[in-house]
Amino acid sequence: MDKLLLGRYIPGHSWIHQLDPRTKLMASFYYIGIVFLANNWQTYLMMFVATLFMIWLSGIRIGFFLRGVRPLIWLILFTVALQVLFVRGGMVYWHWGWLWITKLGLINGAFIFVRFVLIIFMSTLLTLTTQPLSLADAVESLLKPLRVIRVPVTELALVLQIALRFVPTLMDQTTKIMNAQRARGVDFGEGNIFQQMKAVVPLLIPLFVSSFTTADELATAMEARGYQGGDDRTKYRILRYHQRDWIAAAGMAVLTGLLLLLRAY
Amino acid sequence: MSFTYQAGTPFAGDGIKDVSGTIHDGSYTAIIGHTGSGKSTILQHLNALLKPTSGTVTIGDKVITNETNNKNLKPLRQKVGMVFQFAENQLFEQTVAKDIAFGPQNFGVSEKDALALADKMVAMVGLPHDVLEKSPFDLSGGQMRRVAIAGVLAMQPEVLVLDEPTAGLDPAGRHEMMTMFERLHREQGQTIVLVTHQMDDVADYADTVWVMAEGRLIKTGTPREIFSDPAWLKANQLGLPKTAQMAQQLIAKGFHFDPRPLTETELADQLLPQIGGGQHG
Amino acid sequence: MGNVIRVQHLNYTYPEAKHQALTDVSFDVAKGEWLAIIGHNGSGKSTLAKNLNGLLAPESGTVEVAGMTLSEETVWDIRAKVGIVFQNPDNQFVGATVADDVAFGLENRGVPRDEMVKRVDESLERVGMTAFADREPARLSGGQKQRVAIAGIIAQRPEIIILDESTSMLDPAGRQEVLGVIRELKDELNLTVLSITHDIDEAAVAHRIILLNDGKINEIGTPSDIFAHGTDLLRLGLDVPYSEKLKDALIQRGVAMPKAYLDNERLVDYLWTLHSTM
Repeated sequence: MDKLLLGRYIPGHSWIHQLDPRTKLMASFYYIGIVFLANNWQTYLMMFVATLFMIWLSGIRIGFFLRGVRPLIWLILFTVALQVLFVRGGMVYWHWGWLWITKLGLINGAFIFVRFVLIIFMSTLLTLTTQPLSLADAVESLLKPLRVIRVPVTELALVLQIALRFVPTLMDQTTKIMNAQRARGVDFGEGNIFQQMKAVVPLLIPLFVSSFTTADELATAMEARGYQGGDDRTKYRILRYHQRDWIAAAGMAVLTGLLLLLRAY
Repeated sequence: MSFTYQAGTPFAGDGIKDVSGTIHDGSYTAIIGHTGSGKSTILQHLNALLKPTSGTVTIGDKVITNETNNKNLKPLRQKVGMVFQFAENQLFEQTVAKDIAFGPQNFGVSEKDALALADKMVAMVGLPHDVLEKSPFDLSGGQMRRVAIAGVLAMQPEVLVLDEPTAGLDPAGRHEMMTMFERLHREQGQTIVLVTHQMDDVADYADTVWVMAEGRLIKTGTPREIFSDPAWLKANQLGLPKTAQMAQQLIAKGFHFDPRPLTETELADQLLPQIGGGQHG
Repeated sequence: MGNVIRVQHLNYTYPEAKHQALTDVSFDVAKGEWLAIIGHNGSGKSTLAKNLNGLLAPESGTVEVAGMTLSEETVWDIRAKVGIVFQNPDNQFVGATVADDVAFGLENRGVPRDEMVKRVDESLERVGMTAFADREPARLSGGQKQRVAIAGIIAQRPEIIILDESTSMLDPAGRQEVLGVIRELKDELNLTVLSITHDIDEAAVAHRIILLNDGKINEIGTPSDIFAHGTDLLRLGLDVPYSEKLKDALIQRGVAMPKAYLDNERLVDYLWTLHSTM
């Protein structure tokens, strides 16, 4: 579980790593948006090459990105199958009842597949090259305008930061309690679904109890250190845009231009 | 009943390397070593929460190796009762009685018999009978710890493994707790393995000491053997029991002790002839 | 030297509790003093600490800290003057990294960023944690986490540090580490230290000790005064200094020993005198 949540970040000093987290966050969303503009093999090919280029810039092995695809592979194949079997057009290769395999269906299926892969690669690139904490900072900074409509952005960011901070502590606590209960004869992950649910109770209740204690003590400590909430707080962490961030933005603009151009075909 | 322990290659992080030793039936073994020396890793091997990467752990007639199947570990876990650090964190049932009965029931004891055991164990850990029907979460920290220990004792383990059982307790609580284990050991012949930083407890209660450093078992012996070499202990970042410290200061002033005393009673006895105490009668 | 803390007739009862947690507690603390508060678990030690900076509001009585009387108006100013190092190293670590955690209190007070960076660096330097500035708490030992907590406090330039059983969850090395840092800082920054503890060795280094029992002050005195009670302390759920235990064992064997408290060194000297006059 630890690996799933936090272990994804791969420390490095590549060009991508050094981008401002806000840039990376915005660029990823933007990129995922423009992937949907691709509509023919030229545009898909271009986006594919652009993605590979960014992966190359990050200095991270392609294997890590392929691993990102694995958990979603059934969803992807299911969607692709729907496209292939239900979209009709062009030459017919096979047909049975309402199921058709046509040229258009195959092409659409292939496009959907590439689109999925590109989106997964891009979001994987974001999480592999950005620390969760930096992402939290980026979210806070980008959401700041919402303070005008009274969204408690600073508080939400602190909540997010503390949550991230306590993930390893909670994992540690979980392991300890699991060990203690295994030593008392509990089999985790064995038996039928009912037995497994029963085994979770001796884990969850102590975990809740200790989380409440932690929350309570943490609140006391925060109050003792002068935490009152509100917007008068100053920030120790600050984010600054650098030249490379403008280059990244320009890169995205060029990509969009080319995409629109090639779409016209 | 004995533990034989042989582990070869370390696993990543705070592993243990090539540890071989035996814990005898009826002994009171203390495992000492500074934080990160591999003490808790050893503990988790004692009831197969971890399996050795290489080598074997023998518990009674059961041999555990890397290949041992997880399915057959239950009888073994019943034999080795583990009291982890801050054991009160494992409590979860609605009543103290149910929580203590939880362990035995997992090992096939009927609910009725398990509750009878709870009744007996609550007295053994020095809690009043009326806590049985209370929620464990309404008790004080020290009482909760005792309930957790009663829950382990109720499994009627052949070996009781204690990981820093007195951490966070006040001096009176610490003393009561250690006396309770001593009684179990003396009166019922309970085999005990104690992991601790409290050298005074090692000197007062243990009969065998394992010293761990950097994942290796670097010395075994009686407390007297271990604590008779202050320079060696210091080199391994370990402290002396208070009596041994005092003896050390007295030796520097020209006093003689043979053997080196471990408790204040022994120290007082040996001091008596050296300060003319005999004359006063 | 003036008093930096003055507590008069302080009473406190927890909501829904049957018994008072603190009853008529009065004492003064001089600036620059090291005061230990000892007592068994549940004797009211931590409740007392929380009343000193308004984490709990006294039921009656007054608390004056650094010339201010504790009230709703002064509570945040008082908290700036009083730092507490709590017992559990993990549950007071707010920041995602060491530097972030030290900065937390400064952020709360709206300290400008340039000043903040300066104070964070300086405080980490003082507790010897500069090399760990970017580390996450999960990769620190208990002693290191407590040193970070101390850095977070001194960054706020307080007058008083309260150690609320801050060493009780640490191993002996961690304990030494934390007490060593406090001893140095106390002199360098002219701090007043209140250490709530049941570690007898920690109490022994204090100038004075308050002995708390069931929410009442049993006695205030120098360590010698308090430790002279010898094995009577056991009845209050406390430990006895080793030298007193040995003295007691010798008295039982018919050796005439002085009534006053002797620490280890003085006991050794005393025994040596007996030894050489034999």
